[in-house]
Amino acid sequence: MGSVTATVAPPTGSNVILWFRTFGAIAGSGFRRYATYRQAALAGAVTNTVFGFLRCYVLLAVAGAAGSAAGYDREQLATFVWAGQGLLAVVLFWGWTDLADRIRTGEVASDLLRPVHPVTSYLATDLGRAAWACLPRLLPPLAVGPIFFDVHLPTRWPTVPLFALSALLAVVISFGCRFLVNATAYWLDDVRGPQILWMLSSGVLAGLYFPLPFLPDGLYLALQLATPFPGLMQTPLDVLVERGPGAAQAGLVAVQAGWAAALLALCRLVQRRAERRLVVQGG
Amino acid sequence: MSVIDVRNLRKEFTVRVRAGRLRRERRTVAAVGGVDLRVERGEMLGYIGPNGAGKSTTLKMLTGVLTPTSGEVRVCGLRPVPERTRLALRVGVVFGQRSQLWWDLPLRDSFALLRHVYRVPADAHAARLRRCRSLLDLDGFLDTPVRQLSLGQRMRGELTAALLHGPEVLFLDEPTIGLDLVSKQAVRGFLGELGRAGDTTLVLTTHDLADIERLCRRLVVIDHGRVVHDGSIAALHDRYGSRRLVVADLDTALPDPPELPGAPLRRVEAEGHRLVFALESASAAELVAALGALATLRDISIVEPDIEEVVARLYGKEGPPVNASGRAGGPS
Repeated sequence: MGSVTATVAPPTGSNVILWFRTFGAIAGSGFRRYATYRQAALAGAVTNTVFGFLRCYVLLAVAGAAGSAAGYDREQLATFVWAGQGLLAVVLFWGWTDLADRIRTGEVASDLLRPVHPVTSYLATDLGRAAWACLPRLLPPLAVGPIFFDVHLPTRWPTVPLFALSALLAVVISFGCRFLVNATAYWLDDVRGPQILWMLSSGVLAGLYFPLPFLPDGLYLALQLATPFPGLMQTPLDVLVERGPGAAQAGLVAVQAGWAAALLALCRLVQRRAERRLVVQGG
Repeated sequence: MSVIDVRNLRKEFTVRVRAGRLRRERRTVAAVGGVDLRVERGEMLGYIGPNGAGKSTTLKMLTGVLTPTSGEVRVCGLRPVPERTRLALRVGVVFGQRSQLWWDLPLRDSFALLRHVYRVPADAHAARLRRCRSLLDLDGFLDTPVRQLSLGQRMRGELTAALLHGPEVLFLDEPTIGLDLVSKQAVRGFLGELGRAGDTTLVLTTHDLADIERLCRRLVVIDHGRVVHDGSIAALHDRYGSRRLVVADLDTALPDPPELPGAPLRRVEAEGHRLVFALESASAAELVAALGALATLRDISIVEPDIEEVVARLYGKEGPPVNASGRAGGPS
């Protein structure tokens, strides 16, 4: 049994490299875990695509004869809708209750027994999930949209990398919000209330149902600065449709980065508070 | 230095109980009420108690999952709650009723992921996995997703997962719960091997006393959050006066059962054809010789004391006699 029980060898190599290796391995496992549900991914892609048509026709009707609405032209609106339909599952607004379920059943105890901070390990898993979602969920609407509608294609080279960064930050912001909503289970046991609140606010305030510039300017600005919601969808889509000059877009992505960092810090704080008063359900 | 050092450990929960139509009262319930425990390196400790006695709560405090209300805890020299992540590298935990494996992933992937999570060098990981594969016979289901494993298969996977980082202490919370006989034996055999190697400390909670009898020399019994026995199984029997019994079948009934020194008569059965003696100071040979002089013996059997009976008596009482034997510590 010697080889089974040999005591822990001190890790070799720098801590930062090891941290990234661990993070990468957990993200990879997230990718593989979600990749097992292929039929669900296919069904989701079909639904997203069907709703893409619906939303696109509605927004184009709003643009009407004038050919523009709230500063978006018809091509920009089409890109906004179709890229949004693809991003929806990557950013993942709804349907993630992993943490709340594990708190409710007491399985969360296993998460605390790992040498990795729970926020870090859940984030890594979620990034892996998002990477998987890019293939079966982001690509189909992006491919279908341009077949049936005239779409706006990026004209400036920094747009694509900036969009990728903005989408990544959107996933982190979404993760932070979902983690916080789920973490209310530490106090409430039943998270349906906070879930419903999150569902309503995220849909309306993130720019999923309609582009936020449809709102009065002051309100839109307040949402941008005072809430993380526009960072979930509005910002990456505005980057992609090249609304406004490049500097303004970079500024919006910086705001997103600020929100992502703040939310992750808040997640860690909430997790620490929760651990202090944790009751593991079910003995 | 002890691997586990616990002094006056307490955990209280606040519960709200109805006290009238709208009013709720807060009441404090002590799940663990002052446990003292020291476990040395390589010991195999059975930690038992009835449902709700505070076994799992103690284990969760020892691993840093739950914050104690008061008391001192050191595991591997670390304070479990503030140093939980460091402690996690040095202990392994198996919860019989929970899974630490990834539901959607095959065992093989779970193990590979654990290597990165615990930052185990590849060769050490491979060596430990190889040993577990052969001892726990994992090869048949290494590529099956965890959700499709039977309970026995999953438990073998859980044990492997808890050992791949070479923990100094292994906490097992009811590892044989719900397992069939064959799986139970496999798990016990494996843990026995682990214990014999001597460098892993094992803390085992269970309701199956056969686990304890096979594996643990030391037994800690907890009831209502307090330690009511701490010592060997033999000490527990001594303490409760449970003795080995000698059952003697006689050819002819003895009308007047004999009084034999050091072996009081417990029962007379089969109309005097069967006598049951408890072995106190007399040896079995002395008893048989004395009986042989009185009557013709047809058969003799020796019955080991039943630990379940003793423990059931222990659970039933509010508190056993204090300091009756061994390292006994009763409620104060």
